[in-house]
Amino acid sequence: MWPILRDNYPLLLQGLLTTLELTVVGFVGAFLLGTVLAIFRVSPVRPLRIVGTVYVEFFRNIPLLSLIVLVTFGLPDVGLLLPLFWSGAVSLLLSGAAFVCETVRSGINTVAIGQSEAARALGMGFTTQLRYVILPQAFRTMVQPLVNVFIGVLIGSSLCAVAGVADITNVTQQLNIQYAAAVVLFLISGAVYLIFALGAGGLGARLEKRFSGSASPTLATPAERRVGA
Amino acid sequence: MSAHATRVLFDEPGPRGRRAIRLWSVVVSLLAAGLIALALWQFYNNDQLDPVKWQMFGQATTLKFLGSGLKGTFLTTLVAAVVAFPLALLLALGRLSHARVVARPATAWIEFFRSVPMLLVVYFFLLALPRVQIGGQSLNLPVFWMLVVPMILVSSASNAEVFRAGILAVDKGQSEAAASLGMTRGLSMRLVVLPQAFRLVLPNLLTGLVSLLKDSTLGYVVSYPELMQQGRVLTAFTHYLIQTYLVVAVVFVVINLVLTQLAHRLQARITRRATPSPDVAQELETESFA
Repeated sequence: MWPILRDNYPLLLQGLLTTLELTVVGFVGAFLLGTVLAIFRVSPVRPLRIVGTVYVEFFRNIPLLSLIVLVTFGLPDVGLLLPLFWSGAVSLLLSGAAFVCETVRSGINTVAIGQSEAARALGMGFTTQLRYVILPQAFRTMVQPLVNVFIGVLIGSSLCAVAGVADITNVTQQLNIQYAAAVVLFLISGAVYLIFALGAGGLGARLEKRFSGSASPTLATPAERRVGA
Repeated sequence: MSAHATRVLFDEPGPRGRRAIRLWSVVVSLLAAGLIALALWQFYNNDQLDPVKWQMFGQATTLKFLGSGLKGTFLTTLVAAVVAFPLALLLALGRLSHARVVARPATAWIEFFRSVPMLLVVYFFLLALPRVQIGGQSLNLPVFWMLVVPMILVSSASNAEVFRAGILAVDKGQSEAAASLGMTRGLSMRLVVLPQAFRLVLPNLLTGLVSLLKDSTLGYVVSYPELMQQGRVLTAFTHYLIQTYLVVAVVFVVINLVLTQLAHRLQARITRRATPSPDVAQELETESFA
């Protein structure tokens, strides 16, 4: 076991770093785009709502691998050749945004309707009340679901290995073929995902406790996460 | 699917508001149309709108080939679901068990397979299993099981959490009432709690099925002839990459859309009939990613 680690630790570290970069870029992008889409979906402008709905229904239902293959191998045919890393990151971002959008939208729906009525009585418009009244309260209930999306992006990032992005899954797979030590290498990359997924889950539970401690005791129990590969 | 506002964050607009909304509607529609036009232009400019490159999807041979892939997709999903869902229920009951010998391994199984990418499990099966020697013979699974076994492992873990959430969502008074009638824990679970839990988790099991359908695309990695893999084989002959992968993607989206809409409708019906405690309701609403 040790010679493999000793001879290849720069490669493994690079793989680990790539996985983390994919996850962070994918999640942050998904968070921003998803929030914008959620605002689209609750806006008074009907075409905006339609755009939001069509986006979510498409990107929520397309298998991630199918999307990655489409972006990596299909888009160059129409003159859109992204660097390999970015094909993966963009796919994760596009897919993650659909899930963030649904999370934010149901978060907005948990804010009591009286809040919006009071804001409107004070003369606030749609964007003002969203920004100062609704969203700050909504984000509080969204910590755990957002952590789930984060873990989903982390686990999903492994699929970029299929397209050739040298993330930890890809690197261990290469070494697997080279060294024929599948068990050890599987344990190494498995441990990477396990540590970050469980770590993110634990951090999420703590954050949620802190945010919702005083506000709504019914939401203090951390919601379970559900992740499919 | 409907595009009406889910909740009213705005009053009935007055004349000025209506004008603003109309203006925005026009601007957004134009932008969306512009985006679609730009995409079509890119296709046209790169010679990808050529009818020859699309016509093959109307030909019987192509349809038959992709159809065989779709059959593989359904078969793997079905077999995986039939094994994974009962296994998930067992794992959930195991995790909720008072006996630590049962609860610990069940929890470990669930946490492990929920946190590890399915691709990693697939690679493990592809590379590690053939090296295991049993009686001088290497253990080699058919490709079908190379895909289905990892699907089962991952799906059993995530759906176990669905079952657990469903069981915990059933009002405590139900099992207390069962206990006061003299039922044992097992009896009350079987006759009182589980039947109610099943109804609560039904929509989530449908989303679990969608996850399995998505997972089955990893046939692309193990070369099992499901839709994604058949699409790849097709592109090897035709080199019409974007057309083929778009068609494959749309087929998946349509199938999954039908299932998720069904799940939403069921969910709405359940919420109307009986409201579980709010935190659990929210938990059951969260959907699986990717």
